[in-house]
Order: sequence, then structure tokens, then C-alpha cells
Amino acid sequence: MTADSAPPAPPLISLRGIGKTYGSGTVALAGVDAHIRRGGFVSLVGPSGCGKSTLLRIVAGLITPDTGDLLWPAAGGARPADIGFVFQDPTLMPWARVVDNVWLPLKLRGIAKVDALPRIMNALERVGLVDFARAFPRELSGGMRMRVSIARALVTEPPLLLMDEPFAALDEFTREKLDDDLLDLWSSQRFTVVFVTHSIYESVYLSERVLVMGARPGRILSDIAIDAPYPRGRAFRESHSYVESCAAVGAALREGTAI
Amino acid sequence: MKGDDTLFARILRILVPIAVGIAFLGAWEVLVRVNEIQPFVLPAPSRIWESLVANFGSLMASLWVTLRVTIAAFLLATVGGIGLAVLFSQSRHIEMALFPYAVVLQVTPVVSIAPLILIWVGYDNVEFALLILAWIVAFFPILSNTTLGLRSADHNLRDLFRLYGASRWQVLTELQLPSALPYMLAGMKISGGLALIGAVVAEFVAGSGAATGLAWRIVEAGNRLDIPRMFAALFLLSTLGICIFFGLTLLERRILSRWHESAVKQER
Repeated sequence: MTADSAPPAPPLISLRGIGKTYGSGTVALAGVDAHIRRGGFVSLVGPSGCGKSTLLRIVAGLITPDTGDLLWPAAGGARPADIGFVFQDPTLMPWARVVDNVWLPLKLRGIAKVDALPRIMNALERVGLVDFARAFPRELSGGMRMRVSIARALVTEPPLLLMDEPFAALDEFTREKLDDDLLDLWSSQRFTVVFVTHSIYESVYLSERVLVMGARPGRILSDIAIDAPYPRGRAFRESHSYVESCAAVGAALREGTAI
Repeated sequence: MKGDDTLFARILRILVPIAVGIAFLGAWEVLVRVNEIQPFVLPAPSRIWESLVANFGSLMASLWVTLRVTIAAFLLATVGGIGLAVLFSQSRHIEMALFPYAVVLQVTPVVSIAPLILIWVGYDNVEFALLILAWIVAFFPILSNTTLGLRSADHNLRDLFRLYGASRWQVLTELQLPSALPYMLAGMKISGGLALIGAVVAEFVAGSGAATGLAWRIVEAGNRLDIPRMFAALFLLSTLGICIFFGLTLLERRILSRWHESAVKQER
């Protein structure tokens, strides 16, 4: 089932024939086409080596594709100036307090701490870490560090949030909690999320659309819409449609890897 | 502080080495007295102490010379090493061109270039020659450690800086230098000891009493077979080395502990 039910509004991100070959001759991506609507929540799911992280970095502008076009129809044609990026590791500066870590994106733009402070505290409030503003990363748990990383990504109020397997290193319980918190943030802020994961369950639970990717060469195998309404919760995790969607994504993945 | 780090354990950690030291000195004293070993072969600790007290003035003056050279060499090595490492991090070409020469300077034994430096600087300016030689020995660990540290900044953080359009200067000051700090401090700890070794070795080579640091006192006492005084100078040298090591360890702990445990106290 390919989701051609795209709304008439122009997509935020439009990928056309994106290809990337690394110096070693590894074809990371070949002919990737995808359109992501503004305000959407899209997951990229696939085995390791399928180029999903590469694709995310191309969208961020950290990697230049060899072929194809990356267009921003709904953003006036150019990549938005503010993009939030969350890595698999929290990627915090160990020498800086939580408040200073979250300040970083604004600091790099020359905004003084006093002027940035309301926004920093707002971002920390959204992830529930106001009380830990003065702490150093070392003093926090893995889940809390990841929240700081999300607060840092959100402090510039970006229209687009890119996440590269952000919760993969966390335990199941913390992961589910952060999944729910992320959905809450997304529902209230309505930024666009592109979420890379290798967990079928996580991709189905979170997103409106799952793009299933295959390896060698990296490409999109299928585009599966998850129609369940938001907010999603425990009820959705235990529902029949959730199980069905997981099965569909799983089948698409197996199809791709069997070839 | 760790939970098992009780007051008792901490006292024990200081007391045990001291007790071992006292036992060692006691055994030494007894052995020398019982076997009636001559002081020009092996003086008893009490004799060494007497010599230290008797020659206190001249030994302290020499200690001051050695200390002065060591500290100046160490500070210049720190500034030079970090400065050159920053330059290397900014340009691969400069690094490619200069790093081999830094290595040449490092692998050439300081003893072998000492006579040359002494001739160039002149025997009426020996202390300056000592400074150059001690600096050569001390600066490489700081250079190589800092270079490594500047390069080892987390690559995801680098990407993040790029994503937010950070300037080269911002990457250097906000990311690379803080990342390099633990490496720098480790290099400084090695260099502190090396600066002292460099200063002493260079003075041995200079010889002839043109410089009057502790190394010269040792040579002089040896020539006169005044072994207690030789031991006294040696004792001062070791003490100086220990003080440098502990001073730098303390500095390292003070700066780096902000990243971990000590912050817990600031929370309250």
C-alpha cells in the first residue's frame, strides 16, 4: 500500500533520485524518492547498512548527495535555517552544565545567555528537566541525557527535527516513555519529524508513515501509512491495527533482505 | 567522593607510605651503624640530615636555580606546545611541514645537543642554555597530547557545530580546546617531570660550575667525596620532583572534577 493520498499542499522535503556512493565504492543510496509533508512524522526503518543515517544526514545538509535533487517546496525552496538534530548518543559536552549544553545552538549564533535563558528554560521545561539545569551530563541517567539532547534540538524552535536512532541505546521502559513524550511534543508543536530507527515497533507506534529501506544498494522498498489516530497510547500498542501494521512493515523488510 | 572512601581509608593511604618510609630509613641507619660503613661509601640518614642542615644556604641557593630553570622551561613548553598544537589543528599543511621536526627534536638525546647549545649561547649565559635544553625535553609531550586532544573531539558534536553554522574560531574555542583539556593536562604532568630532568641533565653536561644548580652540587660533592652532601642534594631534587608531580595532579583534579563529582556539592 503506497500512500499516494498525499495532501495537495506542497511537501516540506522532496527527495528525487538521491544517490550517494562512498569513496570505498560502497553504494550507500541509489535513486531514493520520497516526499515528506510539513508537520508529518515519518520513520525510516531498515537493517544496518541500508543508508538510512546517510539519508538523514543528506537532509540535514551534513552530506552532499552525488546524484538527485533535494527540494524544499514548502519552505520557499531553501533548507530551513533551523534544523534540530538528535543523534543516537546524547552527544552532550561533558564540560558544560545542562543549561549551557542547551544554550549551544543559540550561543553559536551570538545570542548572549541572558537573552537566551527564557528559551533555554522553556526547552528544558518541555522535556521536564528544569530542576537539572545546573547539573553536569555525568550526573544524569541515560534517559535524562537524551532529554537534554532533545531540549537542545528544540531550543531554536526548528520546523524540522531529524532523529538518528535516538532511543536505541536506552532500556525498553525509558524508551517507551520517551516515545510518548516525543509524540506529546510533536502534537503540541507540530514540527516535522524524520525518525530513523531499526525497531519496527517503535516506527509503527510513532509515525504516520513508515518508509521501509533495504540495503545494497540503499533504497526505499515501501511506503506504509499507519492510519491510527493520535494521541496514541497503551491502547494502540495493544490494538489489532498495531499488530497488523508491525506485520506489514516486517514483511516488507523481509522481502527486501531476502533478495 | 566515592562511598567507600571513608576518613579511615584516607588516613591509612597517607600513613602507610609514611610508615614504610620511616621503617626504610630506620633499617638504613641501623645497617650503617652496625656494620660501621664509612660515610664516603654510604652515609646514614642522620649524617645526610646533618649535611643538609650544615649546607642549607648553598643547597637552597642551588635549589632555587634549578627550580627557576624548571618552572620557566615548563611554562614556555606549555605555551609553546599548546600554541603549536592549535596551529597544527588549523592547518594540515603546517602540521605536515613541521611535525617531523618536532619529532627530530624529541628523539635526539638532549645530552648530545647540550654542548652545541652551550657553545651557541655562551658559557657566560649558562642558565639560558639550561632553559633551552629543558624546554626542548618538556615541550613535546604537551604538543603531541594537545594535538591528539584537539583531533579527538566527538565527531557528532562536530557535525552539530557545522549544522548550526559555527565559525572556525567557535569550533576551536567551544569544542576542540575543551575536548583537548584532559589530554593537555596529562601532557603537562609528563612535561613537569621532564623539565626537571632536562634542567638537571643539561647542567651535568655544562659542568665546570658555570651553573650552580643542584646538579652541580652533586658533581662537586662527588669530586670531593662528600657523599652525605651528595645525598642531601639528591634528596632535595627528589622532593622537588614529587612537589611538581603533586602540584600538577592537584591542578588536573581541580579542573577536571568540575565535569563530574564536585558538581554534586554545588547542587545544594
